[in-house]
Amino acid sequence: MNDQRFVVSASPHLRSEESVPRIMGSVLIALAPATVTGIYLFGFHALLIVLVCTGSAMAIEALTQKAMGKRVTITDWSAAVTGLLLALNLPPGSPWWMALIGAALAIVLGKQIYGGLGNNPFNPALVARVVLLISFPVQMTTWWKPTSSFFNVADAVTSATPLGAMKTHLMLKGSLEGFTMTGLIGPLVGNVGGCIGEVSVIALAIGGVYLLARRVISWHIPVAFLGTVLVAATVVWVINPHRFINPLFHLVTGGLFLGAVFMATDLVTSPVTGPGMILFGVGCGLITFIIRDFGGYPEGVSFSILLMNATTPLIDRLTAPKPFGWVESKET
Amino acid sequence: MSKVFRFKGGVHPRDRKELSRDKAIEPAPLPERLVVPLSQHIGAPCEPVVSQGDTVKKGQKIGEARGFVSVPVHAPTSGKVIKIDSFPHPLGKDLPAIEIEPDGLDTCADGAGGQEDFASLSPDELRAIIREKGIVGMGGATFPTHVKLSPPEGKPIDTLIINGAECEPYLTADYRLMLEEPEKVITGMRIMKTILGVERAFIAIEKNKPEAIDAVKGVLGPDSREATVVPLEVKYPQGAEKQLIKTIVNREVPPSGGLPMDVGVLVQNVGTAAAVDQAVRLGIPLIERVVTVTGEGIREPKNLRVRIGTPVGSLLEACGGFRETPGKLVLGGPMMGISQYTTEVPVIKGTSGVLVLPRSRVRLEEARTCIRCGTCVRVCPMNLLPNFIGTFASRGLFDQAERYYALDCIECGSCAFSCPAKIPLVHLIKYAKAEIMAKKRKK
Ligand code: SF4
Ligand code: SF4
Repeated sequence: MNDQRFVVSASPHLRSEESVPRIMGSVLIALAPATVTGIYLFGFHALLIVLVCTGSAMAIEALTQKAMGKRVTITDWSAAVTGLLLALNLPPGSPWWMALIGAALAIVLGKQIYGGLGNNPFNPALVARVVLLISFPVQMTTWWKPTSSFFNVADAVTSATPLGAMKTHLMLKGSLEGFTMTGLIGPLVGNVGGCIGEVSVIALAIGGVYLLARRVISWHIPVAFLGTVLVAATVVWVINPHRFINPLFHLVTGGLFLGAVFMATDLVTSPVTGPGMILFGVGCGLITFIIRDFGGYPEGVSFSILLMNATTPLIDRLTAPKPFGWVESKET
Repeated sequence: MSKVFRFKGGVHPRDRKELSRDKAIEPAPLPERLVVPLSQHIGAPCEPVVSQGDTVKKGQKIGEARGFVSVPVHAPTSGKVIKIDSFPHPLGKDLPAIEIEPDGLDTCADGAGGQEDFASLSPDELRAIIREKGIVGMGGATFPTHVKLSPPEGKPIDTLIINGAECEPYLTADYRLMLEEPEKVITGMRIMKTILGVERAFIAIEKNKPEAIDAVKGVLGPDSREATVVPLEVKYPQGAEKQLIKTIVNREVPPSGGLPMDVGVLVQNVGTAAAVDQAVRLGIPLIERVVTVTGEGIREPKNLRVRIGTPVGSLLEACGGFRETPGKLVLGGPMMGISQYTTEVPVIKGTSGVLVLPRSRVRLEEARTCIRCGTCVRVCPMNLLPNFIGTFASRGLFDQAERYYALDCIECGSCAFSCPAKIPLVHLIKYAKAEIMAKKRKK
């Protein structure tokens, strides 16, 4: 019995079942309702974009890692998550080659040049989206009307997004008078123009609840983000309802839900403590609100998250907790 | 019933106590040889007071304590001193120990007599007995008990907590002790209350051990004002001193070197209480303890009464040997225990369990990069940032690690247990602590 060979390693000798692939898998599952809804509403072409983005993100990650002589880690599913998130953040009519470029940007520029998963300061999918927005402004702002018949690509009709329509009206008339707000039901189920994955608040919320239940994300960022937009938009709306839109309209339109639930909560690029996350979410909310209500763009979610990503190290430093017992030690 | 508070963080590993919880304590067979380390506690190791070739009797002192924070060691049985040399020690290195070959007679040393009527002794006399009988904290930390029972002037103790939480998965030694010998635990508690002159005492037991709660309550009697039995929420590390104090009296031990006595509390493990009882009333030194031998890799898990110095290998044999190819041998619990490379290591005073995990259960997962998920932050009961301390440690940035309170880590393992990237956080933090302490000593 004495010549048995034992593994000698550091405590603890038990490990939880949680793992990086499982977490990423949960995010994919959570994105499924929004993905399916997007494909249902925008048809075959949306499916194509989803497949191109997700597939090429994984392929490009594998190729880059090979080229850099690193271990290929596509089985951690993080590249798939990035690819899918990018797809959901693109207009349904995006050309396939643009989706491919986007996936390459996300993986190479957003992730691998920093050293891969865990080291990237910015959300890779959003990095790609913003670069695409600057490079291909026309393709990135051509919106399709949701139709819910799968193969009618040819008949796809362009339409404005609710936020875009609001902004245009405001710019032309200088006031919201005469602007008929989309009903709130449309954005809830997804019956409005927008990016593939952002149009249905209900589908996104289902995924969000799943992530909360699985403890992949916590409530802090989504609640702080959405709450801040709601409160800020309410304040200005109460002051001047002719100039500012109903706060509920803000809440359900554009990429706010997708951003607050799936993009701002990206584990790698957001703070690690509860208070830090709240600060981060409030920052996202304020910047989104300012861009939407006072800036030149109709939408501000992507920019706000990227800007706040840059502050994450600072927030982490500012919100570093005091160890157990600290308060009492100051008092006594 | 007193209100139970909560501490932040913690984890819920599967406890697997069912493997051994219904196994009554039985005496482990006397091994062919015993190896009694001279270093079984924090503090200076003992000086041997016997020589090679000497015959010793059970309970005879064989190593004398050096300094105040030290206690003697005693012969666990009668026999002959074979060798005084370095032997494998559960801490993972070779340390001086006395090897004894039992004569099988178990002849007791003379003059062992105890003092049934402990109340007639002064606190100092009681402390002297506790020291002389080699009592140390048996929960694992092995801090000499008489030192803990001697709070300095200006740090009055008003509360004694007897710790029967046993929150480490797999272990059931404290549970069986409370169930089978609750009188010893309670008498030990009475003695300690007398020494400290405190009125208020609690006996803390996790809710998943209702039979132990009943047994202890049964001895105390229905309207006892001697102690309050507190059923605790089942969560790891509920039995950690600072977390226990928080849950029971809602006081937080200050960080950066604070001790329970700074908040007027003393915590003693149930095994220690029973050992104090045996030492004072019967004059029996700490030469044996209850050990849970368990794990999926053991054929027949058991709770054994084991002589200090018994090589682990002989306990494994007493439990039917391995069930399948063993993977890991751990002394202590799975969360904080130390993995061993040989079955020759002896049981020491702080050994609460011998755990064998089969090869099939030992997963050697490669660590990935931290994905900053914050799980470790959420579960840390000390409110630290394990991910940052770990990163600093791996980059050699020990000053940074210290600024992030690395020294306040209680090494409970909650962070590493729950990290999805499988980063050996506790290992990294221990490393940082060692480096920080080394730097401090140099100054
Ligand atoms: S950092 Fe230390 S105290 Fe906190 S969970 Fe990890 S081991 Fe426990
Ligand atoms: S649990 Fe692991 S992966 Fe998550 S933040 Fe902590 S160290 Fe990083």
